[in-house]
Amino acid sequence: MIAGQKVAGQKNRHIGTYVLEICTLLLFLLFMMPFFIVLINASKTSGEIVLNPIALPTDFTLLFQNVKTIMELPTTDYIGAFFDSCIITALSLLVISLFSSMAAWVLVRNKKKWSTVVFMIFVSAMVIPFQVVMYPLVKWFKVLGDTIGIRMLGSYQGIVFAYLGFGCSMSIFILHGFIKSVPLELEEAATIDGCSQSRTFFTIVLPLLQPPFITVLILNGIWIWNDFLLPLLVLGTTGAVQTIPLAVMNFVGSYVKQWDLILTSTLLAMLPIIILFIFAQRYIIKGMVEGSIK
Amino acid sequence: MVIMIPFVLGIYYSMTDWNGVSSVINWVGLENFKGMFSQPQFIYSFLITLEYTAINIVSVNIVGFILSLLVTSRIKLRNVYRAGFFVPNLIGGIVLGYVWQFLFSNILIDVTDILGIIGGQRSLIARADTVIWAMSFVNTWQYAGYIMMIYVASIQSVPDSIMEAASVDGATYVKRVFKILIPMMASAFTITLFLTLTTSFKQFDLNYALTGGAPATRFMGKAIRSSQLMAMDIYATANANRMAEGQAKAVVFFILLVIFALLQIYLNKRKEVEA
Repeated sequence: MIAGQKVAGQKNRHIGTYVLEICTLLLFLLFMMPFFIVLINASKTSGEIVLNPIALPTDFTLLFQNVKTIMELPTTDYIGAFFDSCIITALSLLVISLFSSMAAWVLVRNKKKWSTVVFMIFVSAMVIPFQVVMYPLVKWFKVLGDTIGIRMLGSYQGIVFAYLGFGCSMSIFILHGFIKSVPLELEEAATIDGCSQSRTFFTIVLPLLQPPFITVLILNGIWIWNDFLLPLLVLGTTGAVQTIPLAVMNFVGSYVKQWDLILTSTLLAMLPIIILFIFAQRYIIKGMVEGSIK
Repeated sequence: MVIMIPFVLGIYYSMTDWNGVSSVINWVGLENFKGMFSQPQFIYSFLITLEYTAINIVSVNIVGFILSLLVTSRIKLRNVYRAGFFVPNLIGGIVLGYVWQFLFSNILIDVTDILGIIGGQRSLIARADTVIWAMSFVNTWQYAGYIMMIYVASIQSVPDSIMEAASVDGATYVKRVFKILIPMMASAFTITLFLTLTTSFKQFDLNYALTGGAPATRFMGKAIRSSQLMAMDIYATANANRMAEGQAKAVVFFILLVIFALLQIYLNKRKEVEA
């Protein structure tokens, strides 16, 4: 009898697993539905979408035609926006990681009181929402640009500088926690062997920082790539430098209800990051989860 | 530098009559703050931001937790599901906002038409009573995958032996989840609740692209925008060349955010100690 119960229990578990699998699959399909709908509607003409938005497209090659239309539009420079987004993200990441790793190292190794104060300032800056500083920032950038003669608004250097400011506090916080666990003896040994301070940093400390760097790069990278409000304010909608979110917004603004083109443009905006995710999934998930737990 | 200088400047500007155009800036003291609290739009924005945040804290965490249980169970393809649930989170709020605008105003109307649901004639984002729910739905869709990942990391750190021991002792699955897993994950809940609270409270991109603050409704006898969350209200105020007023709202916004976040952390930490 006991054996019989056990068999029944196992069978139940099997059924339970199947039910679970079906539920998960349905949820998964529900989650993916928006992407699917974007894909099928990006391959239709505007008229077809209005008539029947949930039908499958008759001709998938229309997608490429829509893409071509968008690429050739004179009003929005999509390819330009893509490269601008790439340049801004890459430069910002480079500056953020270089600056914040050096800063974090100095802040950990310097035991003076001011380094704690500086660190606390960086940490408290993490709490301030962007909306509180955005307009004074624009004004300050204008004044700064006029005084030093380097354009801060509507230029690469301006937005990269802004991202350095907004990104570095979190990066310093993450790296600070990691550097504390790096043994001091390594650096002392290097110093005794006659290594200069900057060389100690670049050849000994920096290579050890790879794990937190992944977190820093991914968290900042995804944020900068998708960010909207800062580029909107610093670059403006009509400036020469545009990012992808700005281009999408401009596009929607000028082609109201032209859903075939709008959806194709959103598809183009999603594509790079989804491709990146497919290839670097493990790192992205790890980086984002670790960043949040810190 | 980039944050601190504007922050200090911002607090100063909130007490002036800065309008972004005239170069003369006069000190007006707390005048901006006084006007704000009698403004229907601001009060309404505050209330719907609270509503939106409350809905999201509940829905994102429940959905995220259920998803995390699903993808840590023994089902096939769990890694594919895990990645799939996470994807919406990688895409910017602006892009998703436009996509969902299309879904709500074109697809959903069609679907409800076919199913014959009454009241589906108007898009959910075009009705003042449903728009906040629609926005929360999109936010849950976008954010649950991220929260799920944090829960997954936490579930995996709970030793299997404890769950097995309870199972041998005859505890049902539901009981095991509520009595063992959730208390063991208390620190993860502190993080996820904090993240959902702050991100919902600061929501802007999605709000901007999905509804733009529309539709209009009436509140305290005045016409206002029914889906303008606080972050967007600040933006709209400042864009109407009332910079100082927007700045004053931003300062209040900041103080409120800090209060809510501290309160949440305090309550959660107390729970953690108990558990």
